[in-house]
Amino acid sequence: MNVFKFMLENHQQVLELTLEHLWLVGISTLLAMVIGIPLGIAIAHRPHLDKPVLAGANIIQTIPSLALFGFLLPVPWLGDRADRLVILALTLYALLPVIRNTYTGLRGVDPAVLEAGRGMGLTNSQLLFQVELPLALSVILSGVRVAVVISVGLATIAAAIGAGGLGEFIFRGLAMVNNQLILAGAIPAAALALVADLGVGWLERRLRPR
Amino acid sequence: MAGTPVLAGLNLEVQRGETLVLLGRSGSGKTTTLKLVNRLVVPSSGEVVVNGAANSQTDVIRLRRSIGYVIQDAGLFPHFSVERNIGLVPKIEGWAEERIQARVQELLQLVGLKPELGSRFPHQLSGGQRQRVGVARALAADPAILLMDEPFGALDPLTRDELQREFLSLQQRLHKTVVFVTHDLREGLRLGSRIALMEAGKLVTVLAPREFLRSADPWAAAYVRAFGDGPQPEAR
Repeated sequence: MNVFKFMLENHQQVLELTLEHLWLVGISTLLAMVIGIPLGIAIAHRPHLDKPVLAGANIIQTIPSLALFGFLLPVPWLGDRADRLVILALTLYALLPVIRNTYTGLRGVDPAVLEAGRGMGLTNSQLLFQVELPLALSVILSGVRVAVVISVGLATIAAAIGAGGLGEFIFRGLAMVNNQLILAGAIPAAALALVADLGVGWLERRLRPR
Repeated sequence: MAGTPVLAGLNLEVQRGETLVLLGRSGSGKTTTLKLVNRLVVPSSGEVVVNGAANSQTDVIRLRRSIGYVIQDAGLFPHFSVERNIGLVPKIEGWAEERIQARVQELLQLVGLKPELGSRFPHQLSGGQRQRVGVARALAADPAILLMDEPFGALDPLTRDELQREFLSLQQRLHKTVVFVTHDLREGLRLGSRIALMEAGKLVTVLAPREFLRSADPWAAAYVRAFGDGPQPEAR
């Protein structure tokens, strides 16, 4: 049996799992941005905080994903639903690229430009929203891009704890030693990663300051 | 902060409508002195009086918006068009859009830039053009005081000469109170009504350009000697 034939025959389920996958990745990336960007801004402006925060985010990255799921499973409210748990785990993993790129992007803004802005009487928030963030935006977005691609891959493991997503096919395929089933999960996941990468890349170019 | 202070015993007065040049080598404290005026640097002791009021008592944002600031390489916002760069302070001051537009056109003309350059971005301009935009931006809200930190330092000699000449003719019309930082004696002699010589965080002497050339002060004399090899600077 051909993989594509299988996918076509089961297109309903493929679509369903893809959407589930997209949901896990989308929500967690959004959360990572909501937490990571302000955190990146904070540490870019307070240099003594940068090392501990970046180190913390780095340490999270080193925890194997299955182990992290395991750690979080007994946590009361979280452990109740597998998708909650997976979203939290994916958010944690996505934090590092988002924080680091926000930090790097802001630190990379020409100090002369900041000095000129401050000297002309821009308030801190005017400086942040009109100068620093627009100039750092493409670097920040490339961090988001990395986060999305990582999350699409990691989210396949979500199926191991029953949160759904394209990992369902992969794990089922592994259990049944059925390569076609594995591919039916892996191919859409890879396509998703590619599309997300291209999509954020396009956004990045659109918003890039000239 | 521990250690030796960057500036010590500084007592300096700038008269309304004059161009006071802060001259000195790198690290002599001239830029720090300049930044005391718009409070980019806060003194550990002492007072800076701007327009009759201690600048520590004035709202810092108001203070800075009432003082034009020009730095080396202009410090233009790379993601803003020339027009938006020039109109920045009027915009954040809440001017009406037509008034900003009119003011920007007026300023482009004042600094000798063609109106069509308004829609360009800083990286599409030459160094001289960028610096002109920097001056226009500083003048936008018509401040009485202008702080200029080596504004022409990064330009080639011909462009620098051109901009110095235009600065003089501009200053004859506008009569701003200017504090001008440079390490170039020739520039100081040409543009300044008085020259304040700084060395190692101290004010050495304040002299008119003509007096400066004849000064017996060892630091001033050393400066004149260092520049003596080239063609004689034209004193005003």
